[in-house]
Amino acid sequence: MSTTATREQIEQRVFQALEEFGAEPDQIGPDAEFESMDVDSLDLVELAQIVEDEYGVQLKGEDMEGVTTVRQAVDLVVSKLP
Amino acid sequence: MNGRPEGSALVTGASRGIGAAIAKSLARDGWPVGVNYRQDAEGAEAVAKEITDAGGRALALKGDVADPETVEALFKKLEDEYGPVLVLVNNAGVRADGLSPQIDDEDWQKVIDTNLSAAFRLTRRALRPMIRARYGRVVNIASIVGQRANPGQANYAASKAGLVALTKTVAAEVAKRGVTVNAVAPGLIETEMTEGIGENWLEQVPARRAGTPEDVAECVRFLASDGAAYVTGVCLTVDGGLTA
Repeated sequence: MSTTATREQIEQRVFQALEEFGAEPDQIGPDAEFESMDVDSLDLVELAQIVEDEYGVQLKGEDMEGVTTVRQAVDLVVSKLP
Repeated sequence: MNGRPEGSALVTGASRGIGAAIAKSLARDGWPVGVNYRQDAEGAEAVAKEITDAGGRALALKGDVADPETVEALFKKLEDEYGPVLVLVNNAGVRADGLSPQIDDEDWQKVIDTNLSAAFRLTRRALRPMIRARYGRVVNIASIVGQRANPGQANYAASKAGLVALTKTVAAEVAKRGVTVNAVAPGLIETEMTEGIGENWLEQVPARRAGTPEDVAECVRFLASDGAAYVTGVCLTVDGGLTA
């Protein structure tokens, strides 16, 4: 677990996860919307799990409410870094 | 073993009866098995020894699954020893029978806590590594009394019917990650736990015999196998035709 992750590293990790979830690589970017990439609620649960395992950031369901883009998700993680 | 990831199996309530048979069956399929028990250390150690004597790997794991604190400890021990838990069999169960007017809150809660709430907590914990591994098998041991009335078991029946509903819902949630969630509903099975409740039922069993723990274990082994990859959200009844 890293506690010194940079915003760029987290963003790259999110991109990588989205690709694993089946999002088309050319659709993935900071302003991409999860819905348009066919990223569903289970994918977001797994993303939250990855973030917890790798950055020590716990995201609850309510934290993710209103988070619709990659940038918003990365901002959320960065704001909660230990 | 075809292409399945390295990992382990956890069987709750496995010191005797159906749980013990399931643990041995999964070990024969190559899974290192956590043989969970609450009180019967001797029974669990005997199951683990039988598995290791046969060339398998097993670890007796003490812990009351109804205690939320226990769940993490069980998983941690098994993960440290054998890797991620990729097969979870929620078998631990208790009975506190009585006609409904006589079931007090304690007997209601005890049965729901162990048979249903514990299964949920264990499943929740197990799903994390399963989802990441893109592989997992959860098998919940329900009962035909969740589907058919057996006076004197309102608490037990409610817990087992709840377990089937939990099975179906979770199955639909995680199916796309290669994780299957199924239930097995045994009928009249000869175990210490069912002593004294079967006499009236046996004559209604078309197979004309009570089931054995191995009859149930074999179905669980199948549901935990690669061959059952496309079977999810079902409740497989194992009752010699009793509810047919």
